Amino acid sequence: MLKMESVHKVFNYGKVNENHALNGIDLELKDGDFVTIIGSNGAGKSTVLNLVAGTYLPDYGKITINGIDVSNWPSHKRAPFVGRVFQDPLMGTAAEMTIEENLSLAYKRGQKRGLKLGISKNRRDEFRELLSWLDLGLEDRLDDQVKLLSGGQRQALTLLMATLGKPEILLLDEHTAALDPKTAEQIIELTRRIVEKNRLTVLMVTHNMKLALEMGNRTIMMDKGKIILDLQGKEREEMTINDLVRKFSEKSGQELTDDRVLLAKD
Amino acid sequence: MWFLNPGFYIKTLEEGIAFALLALGVYLTFRILDFADLTVEGSFPLGAAVVAKLIVAGYNPFLATIIAFIAGAIAGMITGIINTKLKIAGLLAGILTMTSLYSINLRIMGRSLIPLFRERKIFDAFEWLFGSNYVVLLTLILIVLIIKILLDYFLHTELGMALRATGDNPVMIETLGVNTDLIKILGLALANGLVALSGALMAQYYSSANAQMGMGMIVVGLASVIIGEVFVRTSKIPFATFGVILGSVIYRFAIAISLRLGFDATDLKIVTAALVILALGAPSLRKFMIQDEFAERLLEEGEYNA
Repeated sequence: MLKMESVHKVFNYGKVNENHALNGIDLELKDGDFVTIIGSNGAGKSTVLNLVAGTYLPDYGKITINGIDVSNWPSHKRAPFVGRVFQDPLMGTAAEMTIEENLSLAYKRGQKRGLKLGISKNRRDEFRELLSWLDLGLEDRLDDQVKLLSGGQRQALTLLMATLGKPEILLLDEHTAALDPKTAEQIIELTRRIVEKNRLTVLMVTHNMKLALEMGNRTIMMDKGKIILDLQGKEREEMTINDLVRKFSEKSGQELTDDRVLLAKD
Repeated sequence: MWFLNPGFYIKTLEEGIAFALLALGVYLTFRILDFADLTVEGSFPLGAAVVAKLIVAGYNPFLATIIAFIAGAIAGMITGIINTKLKIAGLLAGILTMTSLYSINLRIMGRSLIPLFRERKIFDAFEWLFGSNYVVLLTLILIVLIIKILLDYFLHTELGMALRATGDNPVMIETLGVNTDLIKILGLALANGLVALSGALMAQYYSSANAQMGMGMIVVGLASVIIGEVFVRTSKIPFATFGVILGSVIYRFAIAISLRLGFDATDLKIVTAALVILALGAPSLRKFMIQDEFAERLLEEGEYNA
């Protein structure tokens, strides 16, 4: 359903600080795949997500979604296929607008927006139901501005919005990294439920090795803009965090130096 | 005494209402779209120039005023295209359009001033409805009220909500499928249309269009928006737009009273600018004050403890 073929991305091309962020990425996701992405800082994990979302366009290579070549489609054009949750809980919602307005914006994902009223009474019950499903008490706060919510609540709302309007691919960019451990756990649980409910294909970047192995059905490891390890099936099931760290040193020829990865080992 | 004369209040109220459209335009760009748009300084006199030229040429003043709105909208669109398609910073994009408009306005007018004393104006078209005594004030109120209601409605439509979200969080609304470039261009067009409309009404109100009449308009607009926010503190759109109109009227009264008290008209611009600096800078200034206060408190407590 999602296919990247020898995708390259270069930043600051031809300048002293030229950075070959993605160096030939080949990746094919089947319907319903849940892929976790790990790797040290600057490995290109977020760049992969940005290229799938259309935030950046590839400098070489091809990206197809459901067989459609979207390589040169900007972000807003890919919205019907792709939902996204960022690391920063402030990034996924409009703070000054109400919860209901935010949900209504998401409801019209990828559709033409015209001069009809943006909030419809009929949808209110549907939104209330969705919010009560989050189990955060937001269903009674439809008219509250989003800026009044906590980081965890905002991230939960973002998850809901990222999956409204039937996108098929969900991109999670370290979406629990900015939350306290307990809230992070809640959001992870919510992620599982929401992915299952909507049967989404997921790409999730994480620094947490344990999560990377626990969640989803496939793990890829990146280094210097390349995929250096692609784990699935039995091999993945038997893999421990220590194995994973050792694999990294083997494949990349260096120690895994990212503090956050090491800290998140257990 | 001037303040016992009802004419003073009516005249100032009329000015405040006519300038309210300018303030609504600035509110739309500055507050909703988060875009400091200097096109305003050119689109205000553009509206005046277009309406004056057309009225002198014998056009219906109502039609002339609508065309002035469209002209302003085109000016805003150009700023939007310079900003989004050519990736030139918003502030500079506005300055470039404003500068170009100075030449364009003089071209339209053919000279730097067109008097309209003998011409038919939009107010004359409403005499059958309002009689002749308060026709100017009532016409202005009617126009501004209609535009306020339309604007409130628009900002609650799907498109209007996308506009608000673009100002609030462009990255997020793009992931939901909105082309923020187009939305910005639309917002700037709408805002500058309103500003040009304000200029067109002002030209008919003063019975003259002047190529210089745009000077300082962005600050006037900002001052009105900020004063309005002091009196109406809410994020609910219908109240906020009412606050902007109120702010414009209060600002006009402040100016009119200052003039009566003997201030020089030429000094008022710096007073307005200082007001805007104070209002927008208040959060930073307050921070220093809190730091000072806190330091003092710590010192005092230290003494007690010692």
